[in-house]
Amino acid sequence: MKKLLLATAAGALLAGSASAEEIKIGIELGFTGPLESITPAMAQGAELAIAEVNAAGTLLDGAMVTGIRADSTCVDAAVAVANAEKLVTGDHVNAIMGADCSGVTGAILQQVARPNGIVMISPSATSPALSTAEDDGLFFRTAPSDARQGVVMTEVLMDRGIKSVALTYTNNDYGKGLADAFQAAFEAAGGTVTISVPHEDGKADYSAEVASLASAGGEVLVVAGYTDQGGKGIIQNAIDTGAFETFVLPDGMVGQQLVDDIGAGLNGSFGQYPGTDSQGAEIFQGLASAAGFDGTSAFAPESYDAAALIMLAMQAAGSSASADFASKVMDVANAPGVEIFPGELAKAIELLKAGEDIDYVGATAVELIGPGESAGNYREIEIQDGVINTVRFR
Amino acid sequence: MDFLNAIVALANYVLIPATAYGAQLALGALGVTLIYGILRFSNFAHGDTMAFGTMVTILFTWWFQSMGLHFGPLPTALLALPFGIAVTAVLLLGTDRLVFRFYRKKKSDPVILTIVSLGVMFIYNGLVRFVIGVGDQQFLDGERFVISARGFKDATGLDEALALKTTQVLTVVVAVLVVGALFWFLNRTRTGKSMRAFSDNEDLALLSGINPDKVVAVTWIIVAGLVTVAGVLYGLDKSFKPFTYFQLLLPIFAAAIVGGLGNPLGAIAGGFVIAFSEVTITYAWKKVVTYILPDSLAPDGLVQLLTTDYKFAVSFVILIIVLLFRPTGIFKGQSA
Repeated sequence: MKKLLLATAAGALLAGSASAEEIKIGIELGFTGPLESITPAMAQGAELAIAEVNAAGTLLDGAMVTGIRADSTCVDAAVAVANAEKLVTGDHVNAIMGADCSGVTGAILQQVARPNGIVMISPSATSPALSTAEDDGLFFRTAPSDARQGVVMTEVLMDRGIKSVALTYTNNDYGKGLADAFQAAFEAAGGTVTISVPHEDGKADYSAEVASLASAGGEVLVVAGYTDQGGKGIIQNAIDTGAFETFVLPDGMVGQQLVDDIGAGLNGSFGQYPGTDSQGAEIFQGLASAAGFDGTSAFAPESYDAAALIMLAMQAAGSSASADFASKVMDVANAPGVEIFPGELAKAIELLKAGEDIDYVGATAVELIGPGESAGNYREIEIQDGVINTVRFR
Repeated sequence: MDFLNAIVALANYVLIPATAYGAQLALGALGVTLIYGILRFSNFAHGDTMAFGTMVTILFTWWFQSMGLHFGPLPTALLALPFGIAVTAVLLLGTDRLVFRFYRKKKSDPVILTIVSLGVMFIYNGLVRFVIGVGDQQFLDGERFVISARGFKDATGLDEALALKTTQVLTVVVAVLVVGALFWFLNRTRTGKSMRAFSDNEDLALLSGINPDKVVAVTWIIVAGLVTVAGVLYGLDKSFKPFTYFQLLLPIFAAAIVGGLGNPLGAIAGGFVIAFSEVTITYAWKKVVTYILPDSLAPDGLVQLLTTDYKFAVSFVILIIVLLFRPTGIFKGQSA
């Protein structure tokens, strides 16, 4: 009996040291709820990065990475927190790639990530409030804060000589944050916001909102919403009733689907969304189409970058424990070092192993500033004849 | 001229949209109220049944379009509508057979049936997403406008535009036809009368030889027609997205309860009360007032009673007030 115990114990020890570590990354996005149409591509973006690292098989001496999907619902903080809790305590994930919407992201950060000391990188939470949230150095985002977008949008409008706008936003942390940031920046630059109207997503009817916006007037209508949600409903209604002819579209509103659905009515509308002229975006799109999903889908590149940063930081720290690699995220994301583009994660791991510095550029020209958020490069676009044309980069 | 502008602005932003929305809600509320009146439970699966019926209609519409079949200036979806209704009726009858009948035979409490309908709702919810996906679907074709905003401005020389969409006219016309047919059926035909008898007093109806299975089956078939028509009209006027249809449940129930659950006339009144209260009470009157008053009195503010944030609060306040003073709704319904 004693021998058997010894043998088993020894066997277990041997097995433990011989088999490579298994790393788990939680992918918590709103697979149901208002963002359910863009989250599949986001998750696939993150899983693409994981698959790339697994194919190389070199991370931390041959560790295999598994992505575990969980539902953030985008709107229901209680469900999002419960699912994050399950990821951390049940699945023992090493880090969380997510969440998507600003509200649930803040909730998960405070109630799950901080108490358990788990690193979280969100690909799409853009609320300015997250910049100042207590995060114990655990929270990062590959999306820029909307405080920056408010300033960029003001510049776009001022350059076009537009001084008076009506504003509507989706009534959540994202919409409200962006609307407030924009209104502050626009009024500081001497513009007027005639009215600021929130709208709820997924509702039956937007006549009341459009009626109020039309009554207040303005040269253009700024719509801080989502392409397949209330934002689209508002634009359709405003065009049909002749309330507004030109629309300003921030990041959540730029999408080919919207342009196809609305058609000629969007001619001359303009806006901006996070984007760079870096070659990383193109490379990522190539990788995405090879993997069978749309690489231009909103926040899919940011998701790839978020997952890649988690794994590269682990390699840089030589450990998959959040406490160890949290401090490395900024190092691998920023200069100095060898620039890393999508598809080069294996090369990045080799460089890190050799003790060299890397500067992860990725699909979205990642540059993390301040409290660990993307500095924010924006692509100014204008819609002409059903095509989204890039005007310039800001 | 200014007075005309004021009227046009009001019609364009308040009267026309609220009327179309009201008709959509009324059709939805009619279905809820019929189920409540005859089968005696609140069917939470209603919004998702609408989504299912619309989805089937969309699939047939696409098929017709691919065969080059069109309906002139009217949307092709109208041709596909009967097929949508038929498939939805099969689904509802099947659900009744598999699920609701079991609880009905056991004479379960209405609250149990309501909770069961919640389960059915989630299954329909998944079914629709599984077949057509979660995204937005457009299936409107044909002429979009009866009067377009720009055309109206050019023709009349007014500052304000008036737009009237084909779908808005269609919504109201079809709603009137469907409601007329329903009332004729309930009041004039033998089956309709037996349904009303069943609704008024089940035991007495059974004693006088009314076949309950037939009443239940006919109810589900009518409901299938109502939900599919309501869903398709709504989808044509706005767009189809499963999530939005799920959310429609709330205003539809509010409409049915305000009007008086179980009372078809009340469902229609309730639909319009909810739609008009959402749009008018939160309307910013600045534009209209500026046209009517002389320049010296023109308002600086928005002249808005409540901001649009409160539009849902408004319908629920109306709901509470109605229930406080008339617990059975505006028209006498069956709810106590």
